[in-house]
Amino acid sequence: MLAARVVIEEGVQVEGLNFFTGFCVEGHTHAIRAKDQRKQKRNTALQAAEQLGIKLHIIDISEPYKDIVLNPKHGYGTHLNPCLDCKIFMVNQAKAWGFMEENGCDFIITGEVVGQRPKSQRRDTMPLVARESGAQDRLLRPLTALNLPPTLPEREGWVNREHLYGFHGRSRKPQIELAARFGFSEYAQPAGGCCFLTDATYSSKLSDLWRTRGERDYSLDDIMLLKVGRHLRPAKHFKLIIAREDGENNFLEGYRKQFIHLRTVSHEGPLTLIDGTPTANDIELAARIAARYSQGRDADFVTVSVHHRNGVVEQLNVAPLPPQQVSEAWHV
Amino acid sequence: MSEANDADNAEILDTRGLLCPLPVIRTQNRIKGLAAGTVLDIVASDPGTLHDIPTWCRIHGHEVVDTRREPHEVHIRIRVRRNT
Repeated sequence: MLAARVVIEEGVQVEGLNFFTGFCVEGHTHAIRAKDQRKQKRNTALQAAEQLGIKLHIIDISEPYKDIVLNPKHGYGTHLNPCLDCKIFMVNQAKAWGFMEENGCDFIITGEVVGQRPKSQRRDTMPLVARESGAQDRLLRPLTALNLPPTLPEREGWVNREHLYGFHGRSRKPQIELAARFGFSEYAQPAGGCCFLTDATYSSKLSDLWRTRGERDYSLDDIMLLKVGRHLRPAKHFKLIIAREDGENNFLEGYRKQFIHLRTVSHEGPLTLIDGTPTANDIELAARIAARYSQGRDADFVTVSVHHRNGVVEQLNVAPLPPQQVSEAWHV
Repeated sequence: MSEANDADNAEILDTRGLLCPLPVIRTQNRIKGLAAGTVLDIVASDPGTLHDIPTWCRIHGHEVVDTRREPHEVHIRIRVRRNT
């Protein structure tokens, strides 16, 4: 947002690009969970574009992005975050979009700052992003330009290098001061917090998915479901996804036909999806676990309906699993 | 054009079950193929679309004719002004 504004001040027409990878945090959990429904949920990129008075194009790159997540040439960060490959890929996608004749862009702007992130925004990796993305010297980082060699837009005088900045390091203080100077009061959280792949719990769930399926792959539905519910894996070949509240119940309803699913009939309780290939005994265990998370957790028996994918529905009367028998190791 | 005509001639875009920003992306992509003046009725389950799609419309110059929130879904009617 700041980088765009700096370049707009130079008299350059700027348009925004926002990429959807499927791992964007962007209010997804708030959108699902009922307790957060009253909070105002707005797409921060759209908000920023409106404040800047520029167009914003949101591009779905979730399918080609899989290769970045599964095979990052430069490796992962602390969790399953392929930050450097991600940055290279997004700049490459921006180049592909921007340099198309119908869009007619001359250069790309990012808000990167030397030293701000441990992997993708270092003095040695920032030129690598420019090089491997193919953007070369048409990639301008206005907030940290003075720490880098002049780019084409600076050399050609499209922007005045003297009006650019030399921010560096992890401190956001100079950015906050610049935002105040521009009169921006609302802006997105710093990079890293906007991607589920930087989250330890989420990365653990994704690792579990790959390990138990025996292949490193995923669908968009897979990665959406990892954001929702309580995930319990009693055995390698099946996992339960149990809604934690009404909003998650509603969200999981949309997926119920793809899974064997359980509903507690005699007592109020969450919708439970079973992912995998459970046996009849496994389904009974799953029903006991579902009962344990229902209002009937202290009852002798809870009636649970089991909805098979072929439409067959059966009812089981099960004793809720005592809390001490829900192994900690099952929690993904 | 009257509201009745809008309803009769409206194109429909169902984004229920999708989370932001997918409803905005679907709207953006759908509008690319629509002529100016076309009315598009969008139904979504993510309450965030009630803000995001109108914001996207303001940015790109399309008219938001009506928005309505129901318990589990939102309805947004827009009129395509020009293709962007």
